[in-house]
Amino acid sequence: MSRRTALVLLDPAAEVRPAALELITLGRSLGRVDVVTLEAPSVEALAQLGAHGVEVVHQAELVGAAGAPGSRHLATVVAAVLAAAVRRTDADVVLVPAGFAAKEAAAVAAHALGAGLVVDASHVAWADEGLVVTKRVFAGTWETASVVTTDPAVVTVRANAVVAEAAAEPSHPEVEALPVEPEAPAVTVVRRETAERAAGRPTLEEAAVVVAGGRGTGGDFGPVNDLADALGAAVGASRDAVFEGWHDRYIGQTGVTVAPRLYVGAGISGAPHHRGGMQAAQVIVAVNSDPEAPIFEISDFAVVGDLADVLPQAAAAIRAHKAAAAEA
Amino acid sequence: MRIAVLVKYVPDISSDRRFADGRVVRDPAEGSLNELDENAVEAALRLVEQLPEDQRAASEVVALTVAPPPGDLALRKAYQMGVDRAVRVTDDALAGSDYFGTTTALAAAVRRLEAEAPVDLVVTGMAALDGLGSVVPALLAAELGRPGLTFAKTVKLDVAAGALTITREVDDAAETLRAPLPAVLSVADTANTPRLPNFRLIMAARTKPIEEWTAADLGVDPAAVGAAGARSRTLRAAPRPPRGEVELVVDKGEGGKALADFLIRNDLV
Ligand SMILES: Cc1cc2nc3c(=O)[nH]c(=O)nc-3n(C[C@H](O)[C@H](O)[C@H](O)COP(=O)(O)OP(=O)(O)OC[C@H]3O[C@@H](n4cnc5c(N)ncnc54)[C@H](O)[C@@H]3O)c2cc1C
Ligand SMILES: Nc1ncnc2c1ncn2[C@@H]1O[C@H](COP(=O)(O)O)[C@@H](O)[C@H]1O
Repeated sequence: MSRRTALVLLDPAAEVRPAALELITLGRSLGRVDVVTLEAPSVEALAQLGAHGVEVVHQAELVGAAGAPGSRHLATVVAAVLAAAVRRTDADVVLVPAGFAAKEAAAVAAHALGAGLVVDASHVAWADEGLVVTKRVFAGTWETASVVTTDPAVVTVRANAVVAEAAAEPSHPEVEALPVEPEAPAVTVVRRETAERAAGRPTLEEAAVVVAGGRGTGGDFGPVNDLADALGAAVGASRDAVFEGWHDRYIGQTGVTVAPRLYVGAGISGAPHHRGGMQAAQVIVAVNSDPEAPIFEISDFAVVGDLADVLPQAAAAIRAHKAAAAEA
Repeated sequence: MRIAVLVKYVPDISSDRRFADGRVVRDPAEGSLNELDENAVEAALRLVEQLPEDQRAASEVVALTVAPPPGDLALRKAYQMGVDRAVRVTDDALAGSDYFGTTTALAAAVRRLEAEAPVDLVVTGMAALDGLGSVVPALLAAELGRPGLTFAKTVKLDVAAGALTITREVDDAAETLRAPLPAVLSVADTANTPRLPNFRLIMAARTKPIEEWTAADLGVDPAAVGAAGARSRTLRAAPRPPRGEVELVVDKGEGGKALADFLIRNDLV
């Protein structure tokens, strides 16, 4: 059988996010890897793509009304780009990162291509039956495997599903223009602003370590930020804490889904809605003053105590450990 | 103004959710209206309530579901909140539908409503809490050839211009989007606080009619939906092994150190 092709959506392309390298690594286990972008990749990005074995970069050139600033982020426009890239490359599998916007674009592209779709995958592999996609459902309590019966298959993959690795043989990716003329978007983007990312902190959805604060912080995220800084972690929150205005982004079924190596929840009770967004974490640590807190049921390690005491002490101990390790 | 609001009946999030034979078990005793669709019903009702009196009287909010008969629970809840009419699409041919099969059936039902009188807006929740897809609204917009305004946090209707403006916060972007009617709108859980039904509506909801439509009524090709038309098939579904026992430390002044030790011991710092 001829070699299969995996097409990875790379957006943004100026800077390659860790999640993109994970998708490319996963793509290499499925076949040759091409990426599709909506903007020119930077020189650094191209070098990274080469180190990770990408063969061709298909850079969309939007023709017509869809090229207007802001419009290129619309699901219908990204979907048209994905579909055009699939048609050109004859890709067998399309890998798209997790996130609400990318998920919609993947779905609309699958609709246009008549392709099957699985969202939020944790693993993807070829088997005798075809492309088998594994995912966790019901707040991480069940695992399902399904086979996509179409070629191509469209799959969105959650962050941290695989560990990004450079290719054994680096490549020299060619950039090829991909003219796309989507239908004029029916939706007008009146305004679009992207949030400033906290300097020095990884993004919440991609972080390997996440520290989250809830109502139990009483509005003071100082101890949460302190521990996050010591660990180099992203900071998240429960929905209640965000609704109180104490933090900007929350973890959970209707918020951000995280699947880090380590999740630390402080002053968070562990409601099912919250669990839905973090239960796939490899290690779960909780700090809660209530010995009966439901989050303890899904924790590997827990401290019954006041987070205002426990977190700063932990942060100090971790800093001391790191300093000692650096000296040794 | 005529609005179709899409509601789904899902296993209660705090019940023991499970699979059998590759399908989600939908036990009527442990099911409810998808909470996020309460936000959709609320948004639909508010859009009508803010209209001038004469337009309000001529308005209709229709709750629509694609589900086997227990789906009536979702429709009754929508009646309790105040919708005017309820429709359930049920057909053996629809069992085992994937996102595309569900979208095909929902779109066909919207077209049938449209054949009676124009449908200005389709309103949905941001996700069904069973599968957490968040893709049906965008697919429906594509299938119906209408603009899709999804994950709305605020919704503003410009009656004179026949247009809808939403704001939303999706991933790391804050956006204001605008589109002409007819459109598809999905609302986020931040859009509103769903109303509690009053006693009169609860009583009335018990006996209100539920219309039943089949795939044939809607001209849906049975081969294109359900398990027959699905583009993916579940091979296996199994509960994940439970986590080991939690290592619990009660803080007596050294809790933070114990936490740091645990992380260091497990190579997590
Ligand atoms: C449709 C819908 C969708 C939702 N989606 C989400 C979602 O995506 N994500 C989400 O998080 N929530 C979501 N929620 C809300 C969810 O149901 C819970 O209400 C919320 O997660 C609780 O937040 P919390 O744990 O911070 O607060 P609480 O449940 O009030 O818990 C606070 C905890 O802090 C502890 N505590 C208090 N003081 C201290 C202290 N000094 N030190 C240590 N511990 C302390 C308490 O013992 C308690 O366990 C949703 C709700 C609905 C209805
Ligand atoms: N079978 C269905 N019947 C009615 N509405 C549905 C159905 N499936 C999905 N929806 C609507 O689409 C929204 C998003 O669903 P999903 O894409 O499955 O997460 C839900 O909140 C509902 O409003």
